[in-house]
Amino acid sequence: MSKQVTPGRIPVVQKLLTANEQVAADNRDYFAAHNVTVINIMASPGAGKTTLLLATIDALPERRIGVIEGDVASQIDAEKIAETGTPVVQINTGGACHLDASMIRGALPALPLDDLEVVFVENVGNLICPVSFDLGQSYNVGLISLPEGDDKPYKYPGIFEAVDLVIVTKADLRPYLDFDLDRFTELVHGLNPDAPVLCLSAKTGEGLRDWLHWLEERLG
Amino acid sequence: MHELPVTEDILRIVAAHAQQAGATRVTRINLVIGELTSFIDDSIQFYFEMLSPGTPAEGATLHFTRIKTRFRCRRCAQEFEPEGRNWTCPACGALGGDVIAGKEFYVESIEVT
Ligand SMILES: Nc1nc2c(ncn2[C@@H]2O[C@H](COP(=O)(O)OP(=O)(O)OP(=O)(O)O)[C@@H](O)[C@H]2O)c(=O)[nH]1
Ligand SMILES: [Mg+2]
Ligand SMILES: [Zn+2]
Repeated sequence: MSKQVTPGRIPVVQKLLTANEQVAADNRDYFAAHNVTVINIMASPGAGKTTLLLATIDALPERRIGVIEGDVASQIDAEKIAETGTPVVQINTGGACHLDASMIRGALPALPLDDLEVVFVENVGNLICPVSFDLGQSYNVGLISLPEGDDKPYKYPGIFEAVDLVIVTKADLRPYLDFDLDRFTELVHGLNPDAPVLCLSAKTGEGLRDWLHWLEERLG
Repeated sequence: MHELPVTEDILRIVAAHAQQAGATRVTRINLVIGELTSFIDDSIQFYFEMLSPGTPAEGATLHFTRIKTRFRCRRCAQEFEPEGRNWTCPACGALGGDVIAGKEFYVESIEVT
């Protein structure tokens, strides 16, 4: 005998993606237990994520850095990082437009976490999707390159609201472009008054010091 | 693409609640999605049609309520909806505000028989 069911509406009010959030919380505990600061870097394809990581590794030889590279396909970015002697693991998402917490968990055994103090995660190039997937990171950093234009906060508010720091990259191209840095900063702060906005060039080194300073403050 | 795990999550939640109520068939699933999240109705619908057969949610209608982004002005506490390039508080002219709506993403209710 099956129990009588009254047809009707059942309130649920249950958040989606809690499975990812649970794994992210586990990752966060795991990183904390290893004393590792994790920095999730989000940006469009080609914004300069890998180039900034290479410049950072070069500038901080005494820091024990590891890298997780997320790409839809290929090992190209991981190979560039590996050439510096930095421990790196490549995740290929096989089509997915973002990294998620279980991909990070799967990559961890490939990193010598006991020997590291900071892990940079280069998320898949995309301004929208990565924002919805917590990885267990300590900080979110959003990069935007000058050629992308200063109106991006209007179009992609989610990422600018979610980050702890905004880096405008390719500062050396400023003479050729009409990117209004003051206007951009005003928009970012309209959404997120706590996120500093830095402008730097990983090519010339201009402004790199401010980023390294932000980073060193968080690594202690 | 990320609507696949999301749809699996929806089916899991719906099946659990239907079972708890002793219902065998779900006729409607009411979802609430904020404009700031990156989830697309059509894509959830697509995966739903692929994954729901054989579950209590087979044949159910998916209903999406979209929540617009809302700011609360940090200067005067006025609440308002930003529109495109207009992020200015209508009361005091300040730019932007704290996001108080637009990030929702949940199963609100289901209807069962
Ligand atoms: N002029 C200039 N070019 C830069 C700078 N940083 C990166 N680039 C160039 O921009 C292109 C993309 O840089 P990447 O570092 O590969 O960008 P990415 O964000 O890692 O790209 P994906 O991983 O493919 O999404 C390369 O040709 C870089 O040389 C910069 O500061 N100035
Ligand atoms: Mg790269
Ligand atoms: Zn106001």
